[in-house]
Amino acid sequence: MYEGIVQDLIDELGRLPGVGPKGAQRIAFYLLDADPVDVKRLAEVLTEVKDKVRFCSTCGNVTEEEQCRVCRDPRRDPSVLCVVEESKDVVAIERTREYRGRYHVLGGAISPIDGVGPDQLRVRELMSRLSDGAVTEVILATDPNLEGEATATYLTRMLRPIGLRVTRLASGLPVGGDLEYADEVTLGRAFEGRRNVDD
Amino acid sequence: MALYRDEAIVLRTQKLGEADRIITVLSRRHGRIRAVARGVRRTSSRFGARLEPFSHVDLQLAEGRSLHVITQAESLDAMTMTIGADYPTYTAGTAMLEAADRLAGEDQEPAVQQFLLLVGGLRVLAGGERDPSLVLDAFLLRSLSVAGWAPSFEECARCGAPGPHRSFSASTGGVVCPACRPPGAAAPAPETVRLLSALLTGDWEAAGATDARTRRESSRLVAAYLAWHLERGLRSLTHVDR
Repeated sequence: MYEGIVQDLIDELGRLPGVGPKGAQRIAFYLLDADPVDVKRLAEVLTEVKDKVRFCSTCGNVTEEEQCRVCRDPRRDPSVLCVVEESKDVVAIERTREYRGRYHVLGGAISPIDGVGPDQLRVRELMSRLSDGAVTEVILATDPNLEGEATATYLTRMLRPIGLRVTRLASGLPVGGDLEYADEVTLGRAFEGRRNVDD
Repeated sequence: MALYRDEAIVLRTQKLGEADRIITVLSRRHGRIRAVARGVRRTSSRFGARLEPFSHVDLQLAEGRSLHVITQAESLDAMTMTIGADYPTYTAGTAMLEAADRLAGEDQEPAVQQFLLLVGGLRVLAGGERDPSLVLDAFLLRSLSVAGWAPSFEECARCGAPGPHRSFSASTGGVVCPACRPPGAAAPAPETVRLLSALLTGDWEAAGATDARTRRESSRLVAAYLAWHLERGLRSLTHVDR
């Protein structure tokens, strides 16, 4: 045990995800040795991020303004809406530079075992967003795992009666992978979603 | 590290570190096992979708100090996507997995009967021919019976007087005769008691012929009975889409 504030710092760092007691100690001593200017900047960013960052009032993405960058951008196509689980997924899709529509961040996936049902996600906000008729296509881009699939199934059931075009991201073989190592579910999906090469 | 092989159903997964997951499985010979699947969250992972909940897999594991490590996985029956493709089936299935996790006993303690019951239950659920809610209730009643808390729906749970009886008490262990009836016992409809009995014995013909009201009432009694024995109810049970 260290004295006073050094131990406090180690304890606080140790509460971060993926940081164990030894790692926390290493980071604490790194900070003690580091340039005071750098440490001050880190401390300022930490306070600033909690003060300034909030969730976009329209899509639920993280932002510093009332609305996020994508929702403010008039060049984005308002008729296509991509539903994702987390803000991280927005960043991943933006990196592809393929998509020009808008987003809706659910804030997780339906997982009854963790006590997360549709009411704990931003499903109601999604439905009210769709009520004005501006959106004609909803792309379900939840993770291709069990929880993501179940969330997509639930949303499909809710969206179908509205008469929108509902699509799901394709899943199949990863680019750069080997066919022989593909598991049955993935390979099955790849067969299901096969397409004509002359299109 | 000693290697061993076993057949198992994946009960739940938790994220670990950058790209790993802790996979909780119920295995045939080793009961419940918690093991690490390294790199499983990467798209290039050789495990792919094999270690998603509901998967019936053949595993090779390496013994570790606290957590074991999954070294190989082969699918025996990939029920994941069939179950995940229908919302009521998914929610019922999740409750079955959570119940199996709670009723399997200690880690590494063989629970063959629970394992076989779960495999059978999930296959019926994935088959899609029966009401998921009925499959779930039948599984919960039988799983509780295997764990040593078999309810009685014919004779009085306290004195053994032959039935049928009109009162149900979770704390006493099933239906009770008027003389043994504790205060606060429920008074379900006779059809509900008959449905519960049919679910426990596997009389699907009788169970399938019941109406929605009877099924709702029997589900409530099963949930109460389960909550009494597990001390706290299942989290996923409140999310079941009936």
